[in-house]
Amino acid sequence: MSHHPVEPQMWETLADEPEFRALTTARRRFVIPATIFFILYYLTLPVSIAVAPQVMSRQAGPLSIAYWFALSQFVMTWVLMIAYIIRARGFDLQAARLRHREMHEVKG
Amino acid sequence: MNAPPSIVMFAVFVAITLIVTVWASGTTTTRKGFYTAHRRIGGVQNGWAITGDYLSAASFLGITGLIAFYGFDGFMYSVGWLVAYLAVLLLVAEPLRNTGKYTMADLISFRLRGRTVRAVAGLSTLSITLFYMIAQMVGSGLIVSWLIPQVPDYLAIGVVGTLMVIYVSFGGMLATTWVQIIKAGLLLVTAFVLTVLVLSRFGFSLDRFLHAASAVPTGNTVTNLLAPGLLFHGARGSWDIVSLGLALVLGTAGLPHLLMRFFTVPTAKAARTSVAWAMVLVGVFYLATSFIGLGAATLVGREHIGQRYYAGQAIGYIARHPQEAHALNQQLAHNGFIVPLLNNNLAAPLLAGTLGGPLLSAFVAAVAFAAILAVVAGLAITASSAFAHDIWFNFVRDGEGNETEHLFVARATAVVVGILAIALSIALRSYNVAFLVGLAFAVAASANVPVILFSLSWRRFSRGGAIAGMLSGLGISLAAILTSPIVMGAHALFPLDNPGIVSIPAGFLGAIAGSLIWPDAQAQALFDRLRVRAATGLGAEV
Repeated sequence: MSHHPVEPQMWETLADEPEFRALTTARRRFVIPATIFFILYYLTLPVSIAVAPQVMSRQAGPLSIAYWFALSQFVMTWVLMIAYIIRARGFDLQAARLRHREMHEVKG
Repeated sequence: MNAPPSIVMFAVFVAITLIVTVWASGTTTTRKGFYTAHRRIGGVQNGWAITGDYLSAASFLGITGLIAFYGFDGFMYSVGWLVAYLAVLLLVAEPLRNTGKYTMADLISFRLRGRTVRAVAGLSTLSITLFYMIAQMVGSGLIVSWLIPQVPDYLAIGVVGTLMVIYVSFGGMLATTWVQIIKAGLLLVTAFVLTVLVLSRFGFSLDRFLHAASAVPTGNTVTNLLAPGLLFHGARGSWDIVSLGLALVLGTAGLPHLLMRFFTVPTAKAARTSVAWAMVLVGVFYLATSFIGLGAATLVGREHIGQRYYAGQAIGYIARHPQEAHALNQQLAHNGFIVPLLNNNLAAPLLAGTLGGPLLSAFVAAVAFAAILAVVAGLAITASSAFAHDIWFNFVRDGEGNETEHLFVARATAVVVGILAIALSIALRSYNVAFLVGLAFAVAASANVPVILFSLSWRRFSRGGAIAGMLSGLGISLAAILTSPIVMGAHALFPLDNPGIVSIPAGFLGAIAGSLIWPDAQAQALFDRLRVRAATGLGAEV
């Protein structure tokens, strides 16, 4: 299925290597908290509308509090996206190093 | 009266996309070319294509109609559908690109070997795509027959279905991609023009615009469209809005036609870039839905867009007497009323007519029709790959057979799915099929997402877990929707229109229970291989 020079037994070896562990740990440290955060931040919107409809209907400047909260979801989404894009450059470098080394070792 | 211009504009779109299809047909001589456009779509291009794949008529006409009528509560859909992309970006896009080949089932069966898992995953994809496709095609029939009374709804459904089959079976993924990119461009331009025109009516003063939206005349009183509670109200409405939110946010990461787009790019990095672009484009569009919807309410008048009392009555009535829906709709339409949920769809074209006259209105109608076309094309190629690759190649033929056979099956599936979708849509065109979109999202969130996430992250996840998770997610979603108020009316067994709050936990629990009951040594042994490949791209399909 794969056209890559990596041999079957290499996968387990690679999974145990410190560099690979560093990559997956770094990814997990970003992705898990970010996911929990965005799901909670998002669900707070419908839950607070359900729990306190009067408060959420109140005007604050030109918009209702609910509308401000909804617009803040756009900002939250884009900020988190940019943060991930920046952070992922580091993951790309780590992954590229692992790929390069693995292919080099197999050839040599 | 605005029939000729909108037909001409739609014909121009069709002509351009057919030229693209002829140009793309040279790439469909191999499966890789047919399903993935040789994985040579760039990240930015794919971002536009995802936008075109995702922004359906439900997004354009449905949400603007809901906002025009229900204000803030309609905007909740826009918010959920944008935030949902974070799940795609953070959890799914890159590992999927690194571990899959043609379909979502490739990722799931990477370590859950065996034909049954793949067949169930293929079945889940086929049911989601068919539900979604029928909802879109029935919608196209209704929109066209209302906008252009000379064109009957079955003809519109037939045209959409036929064009979809032509794009996919001749032009494969490359043609589908470009149809989606062109449509995304048209849709964003339309949204931008309408937004600017709306603001121009208020002297480009946001304050004046929002002030008007906070006091929209409704009969003898005024309605504040900026406050929540017009669509979802009471205790049931509270649960419904939370349940809907869950399904929207998780469901997107399990939509097979969206996931398939990640196999068209060369690397995981390009997959990430494409989600980021889609998030910007889709987000800008969803911000515009507020201006278009509230603009329609303030400038066209809420009363002209729909009448809530009649509409609410009509929905309940149609739920009980579906066979009379069509006659009732026509009667309501004749009286100037538009039925939300079933046909909450004309706010944008009406607004365009008010702002720019019949030509702009015709343009908006043609863009809406093009929008449906691009979405159903994406669905058709996804259904085609799920049947040909997952069910035929891997389940029926157990990996046997040559390229010619599989390409023939893929094309034939597109034709069969097209005929099936046309026939079902024409048969169901008088029924309220809005629940099918909710069903597609609920199944995606409940059957696909738990299995995708556990495949990638839980060593002890097993074949039994995958099958139990997918079947329980699928079964509970189906059962809850079919017994919900949207289908059963006042005597519903399940109290909510949106089953996510029950069916999503059911999918996760099914997957966990199945894995604990039926452990899978092979799946555990292959876990490291999956992890390494997902994180580094070593051995990924090129």
